[in-house]
Amino acid sequence: MIEPYPLSRRSVLVQVAASFAFLATRPAFAEADETAQAIREFTGGAKITPGKVSIEVAPLVENGNSVALAVAVESPMTVDHHVKTIALFNEKNPQPQIARFHLSPRSGTSRVETRIRLATTQHITAIAQLSDGSFWSQEVEVIVTIAACTEE
Amino acid sequence: MANALLDLPKTARKGEVIKITTLVSHLMETGYRREISGAVIPRLIIHTFTCRYDGEEVFRAELFPAMAANPLIAFSTIATKSGPISFTWVDDAGITLTESVDLVVTD
Amino acid sequence: MLRLRIILTFLLGVVPGGAITRADDIAPKDRRSGFDMMSAETQAMQKNDLANPAMLWVREGEALWSTPPEGGGQACSGCHGEARISMKGVAARYPVFDASAGTAIDLAGKIQQCQVERQKASPWPRESKPLLSMSSYVGLQSRGTSIVPAHYKGTTEAASRGKALFNRRVGQLNLSCANCHDDNWGQKLGSAVIPQGHPTGYPIYRLEWQGMGSLQRRMRNCMTGVRAEPYAYGAPEWIELELYLMQRAAGLTLETPAVRP
Repeated sequence: MIEPYPLSRRSVLVQVAASFAFLATRPAFAEADETAQAIREFTGGAKITPGKVSIEVAPLVENGNSVALAVAVESPMTVDHHVKTIALFNEKNPQPQIARFHLSPRSGTSRVETRIRLATTQHITAIAQLSDGSFWSQEVEVIVTIAACTEE
Repeated sequence: MANALLDLPKTARKGEVIKITTLVSHLMETGYRREISGAVIPRLIIHTFTCRYDGEEVFRAELFPAMAANPLIAFSTIATKSGPISFTWVDDAGITLTESVDLVVTD
Repeated sequence: MLRLRIILTFLLGVVPGGAITRADDIAPKDRRSGFDMMSAETQAMQKNDLANPAMLWVREGEALWSTPPEGGGQACSGCHGEARISMKGVAARYPVFDASAGTAIDLAGKIQQCQVERQKASPWPRESKPLLSMSSYVGLQSRGTSIVPAHYKGTTEAASRGKALFNRRVGQLNLSCANCHDDNWGQKLGSAVIPQGHPTGYPIYRLEWQGMGSLQRRMRNCMTGVRAEPYAYGAPEWIELELYLMQRAAGLTLETPAVRP
């Protein structure tokens, strides 16, 4: 069983304090070249063409802890022509990877929805690997506004 | 206590694309936060989510700390035949949660 | 620290300077839930039960409702039957006056009291997952009903004490609840819109918390925000404030379990 919130009062207090400490002690943001390197690891250095991929996300969000995001790829999703993997990358979280979704002709569509964390205003990149080995991408910027009355 | 919410149809026609939405309870501790004492809170996230349809993998996700707490993942699959659709989440502590729903497929 | 300083600057800039303040109670026709002031995306998260993470807690509360406590006592369902029937409207009228305690009691406090007196069990601590889950499950049974605060002698007196607390300036920033939520609602604090501060959806799933929390936890955030010492969980001041807030929110629709940024 996954027991995610062992919420004793003490742990709430620790969590509360920790969420504040997060602001002060967050390690340096993933550098742009770290993101580039993570993308190279995913593609094996193959050429990436802008297009076919579309990211749906609000351009401005009121809290970066939970940002709804959908990604879809133009593809007939047949045995011969389908999306194998969609990978999401960020620019300024502590780590450049967000998620990798593995699809197949049995998926029917190439659309995936999820919720992600964004430490600050930054670009998000989605890269799709198709069954023919080609890579396609889209990049969008999301502005994360400063929340008031955060927990301390 | 199993703590996941699943949204998918109970029945579908053969060949129909069905949408599946999953929501699971998990803190998704990033490994980048600290306790008051200064000690780093160790990373504890769900790193893999797998959906199997009648035993065969039809969708898999690898997750990183940039996924929101209580992860939501929605995707689709083609209804092929009646059978169990199972969902498995595995976290860094090696804890596995599995839920299964029977889909009835009509011609 | 940077974010904190920015927020404080806004606090100081917006409120005590007091550009144009209303300085009155909010008229019933002007009362609006914080739901109306959040983004379409956050609203969508609340509106869809299959996307609202708070429903994970509700579901746990539902399981606990029919689970007997350790020690052989009855489950909640043993006395109260189906929550859908017996708990309908309950959260919309809490806190109530509790004759046995001789004071007002909130819903979470009532659940704890039931655990101790009826179930002969140890109470779940404030802000614990089971107490939040049960509060959410009970609260859900009143979703869509109007807030109808209790009006007994005991609660009326407690609510007036709550109103005094609401209007009292506290903390190093010397701000009262009313300075923001009566006088400056609709304006911005940082980039966030200041809501009217109605407790329409507690316990809430707050994105900031990445989890569920009570009204008391939310009010603690306000108090530490103005650099005041918050009351302890379960303190009578919180219940008095909640009583006043429910009177002040009378007529608004209960939304539990709500999502807030």
